[in-house]
Amino acid sequence: MRIVVGLGFLLAWVSGSLAADVTQVKIGYLRSAEQKVAISLMDVPAENDGVEGAKLAIADNSTTGKFLNQTFALEEVKIRLNEDPAVTVSGFADHGIFLIIADLPAEALLKAADAGRARGMLFFNVGATDDRLREEDCRANVIHVAPTRAMLADGLAQYLVWKQWRKWFFVVGSHPDDRLWGDALKRAASRFGAKIVEERVFQDTGGARRTDSGIVQIQRQIPTFTQDAPSYDVLVAADESEVFAAYMPYRTWDPRPVAGSAGLVPTSWDPSHEQWGATQMQNRFVHLFSRRMSAKDFQAWSAARMIGEGATRTRSADPTRIREFLLSPEFALAAFKGQKLTLRDWNLQLRQPILLSDGRNIASVSPQEGFLHQFSELDTLGYDRPESKCRLQ
Amino acid sequence: MRNHQAACAGILLLIALTNPSGAYQAFVSNEKGNTLTVIDTDKLEVVDTIKVGQRPRGIAVTKDGKYVVVAVGDDDTVQMIDTKTHEIVGTLPSGPDPELFIFDPTGRILYIANENDNTVTLVDVEKRAAIGDVQVGVEPEGMGMSPDGKIVVCTSETTNMAHFIDAGSHEILANVLVDSRPRFAEFKSDGSEVWVSSEVGGTISVIDPVKHEVTKKIVFDIPGLRREAIQPVGINLTKDGKLGFVSLGPANRIAVIDGTTHEVLKYLLVGQRVWHGAFTPDEKYLLVANGVSNDVSVIDVASLKVIKTLQVGTLPWGVAITPN
Repeated sequence: MRIVVGLGFLLAWVSGSLAADVTQVKIGYLRSAEQKVAISLMDVPAENDGVEGAKLAIADNSTTGKFLNQTFALEEVKIRLNEDPAVTVSGFADHGIFLIIADLPAEALLKAADAGRARGMLFFNVGATDDRLREEDCRANVIHVAPTRAMLADGLAQYLVWKQWRKWFFVVGSHPDDRLWGDALKRAASRFGAKIVEERVFQDTGGARRTDSGIVQIQRQIPTFTQDAPSYDVLVAADESEVFAAYMPYRTWDPRPVAGSAGLVPTSWDPSHEQWGATQMQNRFVHLFSRRMSAKDFQAWSAARMIGEGATRTRSADPTRIREFLLSPEFALAAFKGQKLTLRDWNLQLRQPILLSDGRNIASVSPQEGFLHQFSELDTLGYDRPESKCRLQ
Repeated sequence: MRNHQAACAGILLLIALTNPSGAYQAFVSNEKGNTLTVIDTDKLEVVDTIKVGQRPRGIAVTKDGKYVVVAVGDDDTVQMIDTKTHEIVGTLPSGPDPELFIFDPTGRILYIANENDNTVTLVDVEKRAAIGDVQVGVEPEGMGMSPDGKIVVCTSETTNMAHFIDAGSHEILANVLVDSRPRFAEFKSDGSEVWVSSEVGGTISVIDPVKHEVTKKIVFDIPGLRREAIQPVGINLTKDGKLGFVSLGPANRIAVIDGTTHEVLKYLLVGQRVWHGAFTPDEKYLLVANGVSNDVSVIDVASLKVIKTLQVGTLPWGVAITPN
């Protein structure tokens, strides 16, 4: 069931004609073959979501590499979730690929990382937002590029509190991932002084997201579901499973804004982000792939650029040396977010500002002004060093 | 005869009004306003606003003082404006999304960094025609020119390099790695050093242009400010090489640096997100554009004090001042 896609148009690192002093940096891209479902057609991910972000970074790295005698190449492998990723991981190692960008759910990522540990492989997590991967289940060979649920929730909560929307009507989905996202939002509310005035669970009773007459029922269901809530400022919805949140805006019983999984959504990247030179990257991406750049694309771009920075600065493709550089004070990723992105050395999470998208534009970027921190204001987002349960080994 | 005299007097009056003798004119590009603000640098007053193309950023005055040229990135071109009449008189070809450029010492050739396609375009200003291009790193931006005109330095923001280009052969001589997101390159007037600002890295790399090595890194430490907020961008060096002025972006300050020891002497508080600036030709004043506060700060170079703030257009980006 494995689908192996060799990227032939990239530099041919198999070629034996390359000069001896050329450093070949081979990167594996391991992802789940499962497609995400979405309520809105606009939110259905592209076939190559993420991979094309990595490809753009490979092109960027290669432009730099041609001045330094370094070549970069990407090999993509899709796996089914019932497969053991260990087989694929050792396949990568057998082909001399020890740097892996992984877009996998938490459990599969841990299996892959543990399988690659003995071979000295370094993983870059671009898909899983689970806080446990950076806390109790952290691994010394997994660098986390995707923001955590806690970081996303804190970024949103800081803005809602700045806006003085402190009374939240909280609706959470019935799936485990919805509850994890809901817990992160509840933690953020208590950290930053918001109050949950009512909590309701939206039960997933099954059914398709694509129907021809669905909106007729939804127009009646959502107002009654949100009826009789105590006075609130904003409805905060936790729905990673794409069951209900996108139906909330404009349909609530009381005329109130929606945030969380719909309405104002916290994210690492958005196709409309244009500040700090981001327009240049959006233009490069659209030019190459004829579609807009998603958060997953950005996360994979960042991962491949981190590998590129490591390889450029250490003049090496060795995962140990690249990891060492990324953890050093010399590492700074310029990622069009107004400040340098660096790694939290206690759990290997990439520090990053969180964008708040209204679906058409960026409403704000967190951390918000006034949320202070003794070391880095970016550490007001997510679990901080003193609360960390991670013991890297 | 009377009519003719009156017309002459009218023209003279017009010239006197738009360009009072002895005064320099500063042109400020307003990135979001799509305008240039014109400042009389004697009176330190705004005297005119010129509508230009979309997203004006890089700006310079030709050596003869006749034209101000401005990169209008979203129109993929460079516009020429008559410094006396303030009319747009022509365009220069460029690659897509021109941002910054520099003249060679003769004033005949313009080297333009095109952010969107990793090239530097060479333009013959008189013929208004492109005469070549050089492939560089990802997102070229800063452009520096050695005083003898032999070396062009281009910084590429995502590649994190300063590319040293032979102005004669258009070949790349060396690529020097600097800190993240290099924005600007400036030679000392004696050609002994090139200063390159790294916006995200937060440093100035001082490069030996012969050995192509970073000989010194200037870092900034401002009490009460996060290191991430200190983002060096624009650089202005005095002709005698004794002082360097570095715009620190969202730190809202200009760092004054000793050109010999490379020590930071002083931080001058200016407007918000200070970007690029220019000296008056007598080096009496340095004018810097503050993007977020929509104004220009005037720094008195002798006393190292900010003496005036002038309201300009929306999102001011760069400044160019006439030589006469």
